[in-house]
Amino acid sequence: MSGIVNKDYSFWSLFTKGLRHHEGWEPAWRSPEPQKSYDFVIVGAGGHGLATAYYLAKEHGAKSVVVLEKGYLGGGNTARNTTIVRSNYLWDDAALLYEHALKLWEGLTQDLNFNVMFSQRGVFNLGHTLQDMRDIERRVASNNLNGIDALVLDAREVKERIPLIDTSKRARYPILGASLQPRGGVARHDAVAWGFARGASKYGVDIIENCEVVGMDIADGRIKGLETTRGYIGASRVGCVAAGHSSVLAAMAGIRLPLESHPLQALVSESMKPCLDTVVMSNAVHGYLSQSDKGELVIGAGIDHFNSYAQRGSPHVIEHTAAAIIEMFPMFSRLRMNRQWGGIVDTAPDACPIISKTRVKGLYFNCGWGTGGFKATPGSGHVFAHTLAHDEPHPLNAAFSLDRFWSGHLIDEHGAAGVAH
Amino acid sequence: MFLIHCPHCGEAREEEEFSYGGEAFIARPGKPAEIGDEAWGDYLFMRKNPKGWHWEMWGHATGCRKWFVVKRHTANHTIAGSWTLTEGRKVYDAEATS
Amino acid sequence: MTSHRIDLPCARIDRSQPLSFTFDGIRLAGFVGDTLASALLANGWRMLGRSFKYGRPRGIVGSGPEEPNALVQVEAGANTIPNLKATQVELYDGLVARRTTGWPSLRADLKSLGGRFGRFMPAGFYYKTFKPEFAWRRIEPLIRNAAGYGATPLDADPDLYDHQHHHAQVLVVGGGAAGLAAALAAGRAGLDVILVDESSEPGGWLLSMPNVAIAGKPSGEWLSDILAELASLPNVRVMPRTSAFALHDLNLVQAVEQLQDHLAPAARDSTKPRQRLHRIRAGRIVLATGAIDRPLVFGQNDRPGIMTASALTTYLNRYAVAVGNRVVILTSNDYAYQGACDLAKAGVRVTLVDTRTALDLAWERKARGAGIDVRAGYGISRTHGSHAIDGVQLIKLDAAGNAVPGRAPYLDCDAVGSSGGLSPTVHLYCHDGGRPQWDESRLAFIAPATGRARSGIFCVGALAGEFGLSGALEQTWIIMDEVLATFGKEQARERTHATTTEMTTSPAQRIFRVPDGKREGHGKKAFVDFQNDVATSDIHLAVRENYRSIEHIKRYTALGFGTDQGKLSNVNGFAIAADALGKSIPEVGTTTYRPAYSPVTFGTLAGPHAGNTFDPRRYTAMHACHAKRGAAFEPVGQWLRPWYFPQGSEDMHAAVKRECLAARRGVAIMDASTLGKIDLKGKDVRELLNRVYANAWTSLAPGKCRYGLMLDENGMVMDDGVTACIADDHFHMTTTTGGAARVLSWLEKWHQTEWPDLDVFMTSVTDHWATAAVVGPKSREVLAKVCKDIDLSPAAFKFMDWREGTVADVPARVFRISFSGELAFEVNVEATYGAHVWEALMEAGAEHGITPYGTETMHVLRAEKGFIIVGQDTDGSLTPYDLDMAWAVSLKKAYSFLGQRSLTREDTARKGRKQLVGLLTEQPDVVLREGAQIIESTDIKHPMPMLGHVTSSYMSPELGRSIALAVVADGIARRSPEGVKDGRDVLYAWARGDAHRVRVVSPVFLDPKGERQNV
Repeated sequence: MSGIVNKDYSFWSLFTKGLRHHEGWEPAWRSPEPQKSYDFVIVGAGGHGLATAYYLAKEHGAKSVVVLEKGYLGGGNTARNTTIVRSNYLWDDAALLYEHALKLWEGLTQDLNFNVMFSQRGVFNLGHTLQDMRDIERRVASNNLNGIDALVLDAREVKERIPLIDTSKRARYPILGASLQPRGGVARHDAVAWGFARGASKYGVDIIENCEVVGMDIADGRIKGLETTRGYIGASRVGCVAAGHSSVLAAMAGIRLPLESHPLQALVSESMKPCLDTVVMSNAVHGYLSQSDKGELVIGAGIDHFNSYAQRGSPHVIEHTAAAIIEMFPMFSRLRMNRQWGGIVDTAPDACPIISKTRVKGLYFNCGWGTGGFKATPGSGHVFAHTLAHDEPHPLNAAFSLDRFWSGHLIDEHGAAGVAH
Repeated sequence: MFLIHCPHCGEAREEEEFSYGGEAFIARPGKPAEIGDEAWGDYLFMRKNPKGWHWEMWGHATGCRKWFVVKRHTANHTIAGSWTLTEGRKVYDAEATS
Repeated sequence: MTSHRIDLPCARIDRSQPLSFTFDGIRLAGFVGDTLASALLANGWRMLGRSFKYGRPRGIVGSGPEEPNALVQVEAGANTIPNLKATQVELYDGLVARRTTGWPSLRADLKSLGGRFGRFMPAGFYYKTFKPEFAWRRIEPLIRNAAGYGATPLDADPDLYDHQHHHAQVLVVGGGAAGLAAALAAGRAGLDVILVDESSEPGGWLLSMPNVAIAGKPSGEWLSDILAELASLPNVRVMPRTSAFALHDLNLVQAVEQLQDHLAPAARDSTKPRQRLHRIRAGRIVLATGAIDRPLVFGQNDRPGIMTASALTTYLNRYAVAVGNRVVILTSNDYAYQGACDLAKAGVRVTLVDTRTALDLAWERKARGAGIDVRAGYGISRTHGSHAIDGVQLIKLDAAGNAVPGRAPYLDCDAVGSSGGLSPTVHLYCHDGGRPQWDESRLAFIAPATGRARSGIFCVGALAGEFGLSGALEQTWIIMDEVLATFGKEQARERTHATTTEMTTSPAQRIFRVPDGKREGHGKKAFVDFQNDVATSDIHLAVRENYRSIEHIKRYTALGFGTDQGKLSNVNGFAIAADALGKSIPEVGTTTYRPAYSPVTFGTLAGPHAGNTFDPRRYTAMHACHAKRGAAFEPVGQWLRPWYFPQGSEDMHAAVKRECLAARRGVAIMDASTLGKIDLKGKDVRELLNRVYANAWTSLAPGKCRYGLMLDENGMVMDDGVTACIADDHFHMTTTTGGAARVLSWLEKWHQTEWPDLDVFMTSVTDHWATAAVVGPKSREVLAKVCKDIDLSPAAFKFMDWREGTVADVPARVFRISFSGELAFEVNVEATYGAHVWEALMEAGAEHGITPYGTETMHVLRAEKGFIIVGQDTDGSLTPYDLDMAWAVSLKKAYSFLGQRSLTREDTARKGRKQLVGLLTEQPDVVLREGAQIIESTDIKHPMPMLGHVTSSYMSPELGRSIALAVVADGIARRSPEGVKDGRDVLYAWARGDAHRVRVVSPVFLDPKGERQNV
């Protein structure tokens, strides 16, 4: 591991720089001109891409790393998700990958010297039917045996912990119970991208914004470089971490991926006095929410079923989400939606990511995170950095290769992933 | 929210009446037993997912229950047209050859 | 407090109707026509809240939806509404409102103590500190408690909301002069027109411009004439109190109409909706959303009493409120002059501080003529006051707007208005991908009038950059020519409308931040976004730290994130960022405008789809029969199915035990109506069945039934059910209850896309048939009593046969099939006869103690027999082979059935997959938890290898012990007796810390040879 440690953000630096009108702050990350070629090129400066670059430099000693971003860094799904972090997935492969991420989350603020405001306020997954409760029992038992904290609660216990929730029989789909992962929670999404960008930059990673990849130079089955809007950049290894745009990049390499890009919408209420101090998710009624430190209820809506790259979905999805929130919290009916938005999610057939080599040597993809990639950010970057550095997967992402779509070894997380993230 | 013209009903109706069927013209292999796992997996899962014009299936779920094809731009949601499966295939093939 | 109400007859308040209201517990007076904001200002109220971050005193800044500060909580209890903008709350008698910030009181606010250290709390300070885990755990709750405005009600919302859908030829958004003219043009041409306006009365700025004449009439008279004409047109609908908050693809606008909030609670009708969501799909949309006065940014510009210049004018002209007696108006343009003159005319002492060194002579003359003290070439550098403004320090500016060193006057005042130019309300224009254009001469992002004409979206008035009334009207008539032409219509020319007495204005000076002679960050805080406490120094800090994209700046500082959606702050923020970046404003661009334009109530969005009507409830035709027998119900999909039928004080276990034993030893009856049913006709139905089911259908003769497994193309079991051959070209398929709709769509899609050559017609008949399953050794006797025309003898009516006949005098199809392993008959009748037949069977079975049972007993009975439930024992990852159901797979069919090819893939065909087995606990009275994980040892190490899980688990009354079904890796080979040899049949089921030793056995616990159903 490299010896660079960021210590320049502190209470003391805030105080001393405050005395000098905050004029002494350094750029959080450098914005250099791109070099002619790099050992490692990461395409996409979202949380996952920046984390990949960070760990490549920090843990694998990579000296020549660049992250290319077509817009501004952290501007894709990193900037528009509902910030939920948890690891209570059903299947071993997925659970262990997300738990790896959760463990990294737990030290991330200190590691990055950047407060990503990770807040372990617990995540509830509600059950509304007997089958929901069976699935919850199964998932919790599996989590426990994988060393992941989780417990099953009945409706009374849910009500004790979330006073405003409606567990009465009034509801169309009464709440029968829930799983709770106490270590789950939320984080400040933008800060994760900025923290990784700052960390990566300190380790010597170049971050090039407003630089779109428009073509791939592939010869003899090996990647040689990338055509970009800022010129040709040579590359030994290229890791694509482009979420909803993965298929577009893959097409440049003549590859098809098992992905569809869909709009996923989210919304926030006006800023309210504290009324919900945990994260509540329901697959059955299709809604999930938490309250941000600013006081806004952060609400995830459903996925639009059509393919789209437009970062907007249909209003009936939002309308249904409002109904779902009211189903769980009837008093929230009188609160108001302040803003809604959409992201582009890259959904895979089994609701699990693809972290994989491809048949082009030196070209790797990390995609397919669908509706729930944010929670995996540090873990995804960590194992992908390993994959790029060693040209073979980390044990935790070996199961997430493209091969599974040919062998049939799918990891079906629709139940645990649902749309509720 | 789209306004989708159903070529069978001859009317443009709200998107909520329809169900989405994904990429159009993915033909099922004629003799599945004779192709390898990779070709079968490609058929099952691999998709074009373009940023641009997309030929896709829609079913008039709460209307005539017929499936048809729509050519829609995935970056700006413009709909170029909708056709019955047969007619759509002709337009699609003509575009592919032109 | 002194009254600031003045005598101004043209104002839009009704002095004959005084109102009483309370704010923060203090009783105050107002008039009909007031907003809460205007009434508070009339009562001399200044400070309404404390700022978000620093706890600084804040007051009313605007007069409409742009208001950032005056967020109030209206009413109490279940009816309370948080975060309303006082500027949009229509006053009614008895209104109760409270502040949403300021603790313990407005004057002594705790947060303001922390705010004194504001210099150490710049944008993003929290990213740089509170990093140790223990510190963050303690600090975060404090931050949360300090944040937030209003409070949620604690009780369920008692009000109703609804939705209405419209198709209009022309939708006009905005009822100002331009919007009204547009609606009139379209209305006169005979088009179907809807005009929505967010205010309580249409008119827009006209309501604040009484001193202008249009077409020779005072503006008020012109307005009432045009409204009268619009009202006379049957094809035009004018909707006040209706805010268009989102514009979606293909000209779909969502608008919310306030129906009752403006009424006193006693006058509200609880049987009618509080608000209504309108979805308006329009052929053409004419956006006439106007513009908002943009404040200038200067040091300490956030004191109560400082507002936009046009808000001052509006409070004067529309509400007859002179906010101050000594008013300073700071402007960079001519637009503020008319209002200043109006104030002066009303007796207010006005000083006009103009940042420009060279003034428009006509306006200057007019202002001086009105007695206004005009100071050219000055700005405000800082302000003075404690909880309200009491003075401003001026600063001398040069022609370029830069500070000139030297002394400048200090002015006493009790109100300040500022105007930096107009910001068009471009929000809707941009919601579905439209981009506003920077107009350097107007210093504004505008929506070009015909920039989106191809999409049918047109922009008129101030939105399109026509800031003057005459120009806006003139331009509207021209644009409407184009709109009408798209309908093949021409406009009747009445250009006289466009003649007004408004004086012309010249463009504003390019100034956003009034300099204070100091480097940014060294002087007093100058706020850009009041609601989020974003100062100019924060924007400069963001840029210094390389947050250079405007989206980064927005996210780092929180600029424009408030409930005002940056209506006052965005353009100032973009401009100040551009200066900090050394770029032009168009290079910097805007952030993305997202719905909602103004906040929208969740209840309104949900409309009638909340609460009881969240999802339809489906009841079977026999539902009342079950309800009267005291059934407990279970939701299964949308259906409500009887779960069990408790008698007396029975709990579920007791009831299920009784029900199970009745089915095994006597007779019992279950409502099976919810099973999906599909009627299939055509000469190729058999072939279709061969293709969609794993098993073969060619030999199924009329009168026979067969169980089938349906796979998805990935080879996994997706549904199952029994299909009966009615005739060679007619079949009756049943599906799982939850899968009914999915299966029909699945069949239709394959038929239409891949197999259009097959002659098949299919339709759902789930709701057409009611089904009662009569189950148990006595079932034949019971059925025989009500069914005389079917020979029920075992020889004549075999297992897996079906017969047509009459049951309880109505036509019926009787299927001899069994999901319990007992002798059983499923009686299908037309749904309308369902209750009749159920009761007839109950009566016929009375002598044998016929026992109704629900889903729980059904589950136990089928588990005793090892019958799967798709969705409970399967989870989309199991093949027929995994379920040990190879007997239901035919590989000999000509067509490779759906999913067949997937079964031979490397991973799908491998050995050792998870397979369905039975489990018996070592202790017979232990019922395993469904979902328990299967492990090989109780020596728990994380991660612990897991072999599978318990899918179903029950106490079996018939067997007198517990039973369970599970999927277990290599389970079939582990089963006793084979597995006994190597001990692989002994495993543990683990849940919630408890491990139970289990033996892997066949899933068929009872009657393995199937003799009971064949009697």
